[in-house]
Order: sequence, then C-alpha cells, then structure tokens
Amino acid sequence: MSALSFPPPPVSEAAEALRAEVRAFLATELADFPAEKRAESWSGYDAGFSRKLGARGWIGMTFPTGYGGHGRTALERYVVIEELLAAGAPVVGHWIADRQSGPSILRFGSEAQKRFFIPRIVAGECFFCIGMSEPNSGSDLASVRTRATKVDGGWRINGTKLWTSQAHLSHFMILFCRTSGTPEDRQSGTSQLLVDMKATQGITIRPVNALTGEHHFNEIVFQDAFVPDDALLGEEGQGWHQVTSELAYERSGPERFLSSFILLVETLRVLGTNPSERAAIAIGRLGAHLVTLRRLSRSVAGMLQAGQNPATQAALVKDLGALLEQEIPDIARSLVAVDPPTPEIERFAQVLAYTTLHAPSFSLRGGTREILRGIIARGLGLR
Amino acid sequence: MTDTILLETAERLFSDTITPQVLAAAERGDYPHAAWNALAEAGLHLGLLPEEAGGFGVAPADALALLRIAGRHALPLPLAETMLAGWLLAGAGIAVPEGALTITAAPGLTLTRDGGSWHLAGTAPGVAWGRDAAAVAVLTTFEGQPYVALLSGGYTIAERLNIAREPRNTLTIDAVPDAVAPSAVTALQLRAAGAATRALMIAGALERITEMTTQYALDRTQFGRPIGRFQAVQHSLATLAAQTAAALAAGDIAAEAVADGVQIPAIAAAKARASEAAGIGAGLAHQIHGAIGFTYEHSLHYFTKRLHAWRDEYGGEAEWNERLGRHLAAAGADALWPTLTAI
Ligand SMILES: Cc1cc2nc3c(=O)[nH]c(=O)nc-3n(C[C@H](O)[C@H](O)[C@H](O)COP(=O)(O)OP(=O)(O)OC[C@H]3O[C@@H](n4cnc5c(N)ncnc54)[C@H](O)[C@@H]3O)c2cc1C
Repeated sequence: MSALSFPPPPVSEAAEALRAEVRAFLATELADFPAEKRAESWSGYDAGFSRKLGARGWIGMTFPTGYGGHGRTALERYVVIEELLAAGAPVVGHWIADRQSGPSILRFGSEAQKRFFIPRIVAGECFFCIGMSEPNSGSDLASVRTRATKVDGGWRINGTKLWTSQAHLSHFMILFCRTSGTPEDRQSGTSQLLVDMKATQGITIRPVNALTGEHHFNEIVFQDAFVPDDALLGEEGQGWHQVTSELAYERSGPERFLSSFILLVETLRVLGTNPSERAAIAIGRLGAHLVTLRRLSRSVAGMLQAGQNPATQAALVKDLGALLEQEIPDIARSLVAVDPPTPEIERFAQVLAYTTLHAPSFSLRGGTREILRGIIARGLGLR
Repeated sequence: MTDTILLETAERLFSDTITPQVLAAAERGDYPHAAWNALAEAGLHLGLLPEEAGGFGVAPADALALLRIAGRHALPLPLAETMLAGWLLAGAGIAVPEGALTITAAPGLTLTRDGGSWHLAGTAPGVAWGRDAAAVAVLTTFEGQPYVALLSGGYTIAERLNIAREPRNTLTIDAVPDAVAPSAVTALQLRAAGAATRALMIAGALERITEMTTQYALDRTQFGRPIGRFQAVQHSLATLAAQTAAALAAGDIAAEAVADGVQIPAIAAAKARASEAAGIGAGLAHQIHGAIGFTYEHSLHYFTKRLHAWRDEYGGEAEWNERLGRHLAAAGADALWPTLTAI
C-alpha cells in the first residue's frame, strides 16, 4: 500500500439515510446552542448529550452487536461524527472511547473486558482519556518512564502523565507505561493498562490550565497506585504495537480538519449571501480544501473498515487538516475586520478569538506536525 | 536623554516591573499602577511631546522605539495611547493632562457648539485602556474640519477585552469637553499613527519570543538530543527569526514615517508586514514549544496573544495592504518603482 493510495470511500446508501436523521436530531437538540459554545468543537463537554447520543445508537456504531454495539459500517459512523462536528456538538465526553479506546479493547481486550466496557461505552456512560504523554516524553513516546511493577494480584504504578485531556471527567484511562526493562529499551517492555480513574487509590489529578485559563488537560501522578491483573489490556510487553495501532483511528477522522469549522460558518454569516469577489474566492478555496480533505478522510475510514493500518495516510490527513484548521482564523480576520469592534461583529469576534487561541494545539495534539511529516517521509521510503 | 539610554532605561524598568505575576494580574483586571508610576516617573510617556509641552527633546522616532521595548515585555499599560494622546493634544495647543491617556477617532461621535459651549456625544467602540485612562483625546470633526476634544469625564465605560485580555472599551459619550481645538491631524493619520505603534510593539514581542523559543529549543530534549538539533525545528526557528527581522525593519519604518509627518504609504507597508509576521511568528513559537507553550503557566501566551491582538488593532493586513495597493496602482505601472523607492 503506497503512501499516496487513497481508494475511493465505499458508497453507502444507509449512511446517507442516516445523515438526514442526524441532522434533524441536531437541529432540535442544539437549537439554542450558541456559536461561542459550538466553537469549542470536539472539546465541548456535556455528559447528558453524550448519553442521548448513546440512546440514539450513535456511539460505538461499528462495535459488534454481541457486545452491545450496533454493527454498522465505518462510513455510517463517519456520517454521524462529521455531522456532530459540523454542528459544533459537545462530544468530548465519549469521543476518545468511541474513537480509539473501544476499538482497542475490542481488538486486544479479554472477553471479560469486552463484556464490561463495550456496553458502557456504547451507552455514553463510560468516558476514556489517553495516558500517553509525560513531562519528558512528548513526541518521543517510546521513552516513557511511568512504570507498572508486577505485584501479587495486579500492578503497582508509579510515575507522572501529563497533558491528559479530560482526565478529570473520564471514568477510565488507557495508560501506556513500562512494565519491564528501562527507558533505554524504548518500545520493548511497554504495556497498556485500563486504569479506573474514579476508584483507584494513589492517583492525583492536578489541573493544568491551558493558555486561555480553561481546565482541559491534567497532570496525573501515580504513587503506588494498584490496579488488578485484569486491568492489563492485551499482552504484557506489546504496548508499543498496541498503542501505535490506535493512531490511525486517532489521526484520520473529521475532527482533524473541522476544529475551526464553526468559525467558517460565522464568517459566512457576517459576509452574507453575496460577498465581495475577494471573499468569494477565499471562501471557495476553503471549500475546495474541505471537500478534498473529507474525501481523503473517508477513504481512510474505508481502509480501516477493510482491516488495513493506513498509518501514513492518517498522518497525511492530519497534517493537511491542521494546516486548514489553522488557516481558517487567519482568513476569517482578513475578510471581516475586527477593529473597531462594532456590535454587529461581536459574536464573530468571540468565535474568532476562541479559534485563534486554540489553533496552536491543532498541530500538536495527536502528534506534532514535524512528527507526522517524518511518518509521511518514512511512508515515501525516505527513512 | 539620548536614544540608547532611553531604551536601556525602559528595558530595565520593564524587566523590573512587568513580571509574569503582574501580567497574570492584569489579565484578571488589576491595572498595574506601580508599573505605571515607575514609567511615568521616568517620563517615558512624554517622549513625543515638544519640550514646551513637557517633553524632553528626544527625536520622535527614538521615542517611538520605546514601544518596541514595551512589546518585548508585553507591557500591560497604555504607553502607546498616552504618547499619541499627548502628541495629538499638544499639536492642537491643548495642555496635556497628567496620567495615562487614550485616544479615539470613532466616526460615531458628533461635536456640536451652542454659543460658546461645546458638546460631544456618541459611541466609541474599542477604546484602548478606556477603563484605566484618566482622560481621552478625541479626534473628531466640526464643520468638516478635524478637531481635538479632551474629555476627563462625561462618558460611561462598557467592559470589553481584546484577545490578550487588555481593556478595549466601548465609551458612550455625552460630555462637555475640557478643551476643544482645531487639529492638523486627520482621522486617517491618527489611525496610521496607531498602526505604527502596533508595528513597533509587534516587532518587540516577536524579538522576545524568538529569544524564548531559541532557548527552549536548546533546552528541551526528545529522542536523546535537544530539539534544536532537528533540522525541521531549525528551519522553523530560522523562519521565525526571518519574520522577526522583517517586523523589526517594519517597526523602524513605521517610527520614521510617524516622525516624518505620518507618511501613510510607509506606515501601511510597515503595519501590514509586521501584522503578517506576527501571525506566522506566533504560530511557529507555539509549534516549537509543544504542549508546554499551550499552558497558562508558561509565559509564551502573554506575547502570542498580544501579537494576535495587535496585528488587528488600528487595522490588519487587509486594510493596510489594500491602502498600499491602491496607492501603488494609482501611480501607474511605469511609476511602480519610483513610488516604492519614495516610501
Ligand atoms: C491540547 C492538547 C491536548 C493533549 N491531550 C493529550 C492527551 O489527552 N493525552 C496525551 O497523552 N497527550 C496529550 N497531549 C500531548 C501531545 O501528544 C504532545 O503535546 C505531543 O506529542 C508533543 O509533545 P510535547 O508537547 O512534549 O513536545 P515535544 O515533543 O517536546 O516537541 C517540541 C517541538 O519539537 C519538535 N520535535 C520533537 N521531536 C522531533 C523530531 N524528531 N524531529 C523534528 N521535530 C521534533 C516537535 O514537533 C515540536 O515542534 C495533548 C497536547 C495538547 C496540546
């Protein structure tokens, strides 16, 4: 599979029928949801909303019915999540569980783990966070120091995770840590553990405020935290293989190019239905990028469904997507002047400010631009 | 005072008074009075005034260079506006009041006269530091001519913050001005002078984040070496440095253009270019800092948020590039080069 092979996404009539249903639901459900909140995109949190989606059958859509999933196609799931993002729905609660933790558990978990977690995830009642990064292990994930030591009946965990988004709102973390050897052994000797964030003793969650002052990510300190044997996900020592297989899910979805979409909507609202030539050209260009990215991203969804691991293609989607997401605030302010700040553009200005402040994170979270480009270069055979 | 002493004084004074704690407090609405008092005691806000109006005879371009130092420290004080207000008032022969000042040339204001008494009314959005300024110098028109009115009261202040949480208030004015006089400065010139201050502040903030980011790339280790050893990071740093160099040149152009009678095309070029550099530079600094630069605890955001605010204030690239483009086009194809060299 070459780095540039993006097979056409499968056509699905069922998915298009679903689209209308999702749109109608969101139109009612989010009727009074203001643009400033929609701008939070997939960082917006509303546990009640997540539960409602669960009740509609829109979480864990691709999970097998035997475990309480809905057995639908990746493309059907894609329709739901892109509609949620385009509407700026508050989805962060269940997002990670639906996107990567659930699929990981289904792939690597024990029968008991699947029976325990999957129905809860599907109901929108079990939220996950990602315990990968540490103070000294960001891009260099293989250098993690957090260590789980085998003890009688389970594992004793010591170390610090950092930048853990929504840890304070999550029920479980998939912890990536060392279970044997030393950080110098790098990838080998790492494992994944399912850590109960509410019940485990010896975990301290400290908020780390983002530059906006918001509490979004956290520092998690493990001090002799004990988890039972059945917390081990997959095989001991296979952590690296398992964690990297999550990444194609993590990097290729529509959230990798729609984070600034609400700003584009609000820009168009100010510009009106008959914008200047300059504005029309700029909006048209953004539209061309969105249409293309959507095609690429849906193609990756198709590949994932077919059981492939399109890691390079996912990196490519995320790199192009972050460029677009970061360009949108810049283009928006070139089309709608915010100085002086008149009342007519106040809402636009708020959405612009929110998106501008968050834009730097788009090319950091989920793998930095530089790391993604290294992966693409490797896919091209350069490394 | 010669220029280097002036700039060194400012650098020292801001280093001492504008700490991360002061910046955080300013974001919460605590105006840093002590820092203002220190600045005022050193007379840094008087640089654009002629000596007879209380200035100290420094060349205007040198006085404006202070704003680059202000940018280096994310100075949460109305130094630029106080300097411009003084310049505007003194230029109209109005005595410059003490304390922090601000300016507006909002089109929604009307100056009227009834016998001997003046009256000013209307709404002025986005007035920088309106909340904290002791008085406002308003540039408006009367019978089609530019006039300056000085207000120390007679307005209400609606809270509003820019993206860096600096006050940019809407003033609702219904006032008998303290003083009114005809002005030689037009609204466009005042906007351009404001734009020039922001070009200089952007240059200073970019200079600072280039220093911070270079140091961070030397200190932060991943994959067993400082990230500054990776070529991709080096290229980003080189681009950041180049954008900063361009902004510093733009800042100098802007200062000279104000000193030279507020030359619009030069300021247009300077503000547009500095604003462009601000966006590129802020993005690169964040990229190299990784997640740590996305935290409140780290100081980077005090500078990058201001870069985003300042690039729009008194007009962003769209406004000033268009103005410059029209100026170049109006002169015609064969005059393009002479027009550029005259800027
Ligand atoms: C909003 C946000 C949410 C996050 N949420 C989570 C989460 O929930 N869970 C989690 O585990 N992590 C999370 N992260 C962390 C994220 O995964 C890391 O920020 C990312 O992996 C980069 O690590 P770092 O920040 O330590 O930067 P560093 O790795 O220190 O990188 C600093 C700079 O150096 C560059 N660099 C590093 N190595 C190389 C190289 N070999 N070649 C070229 N350039 C290089 C980087 O690209 C970057 O520009 C989040 C981050 C953000 C910003």
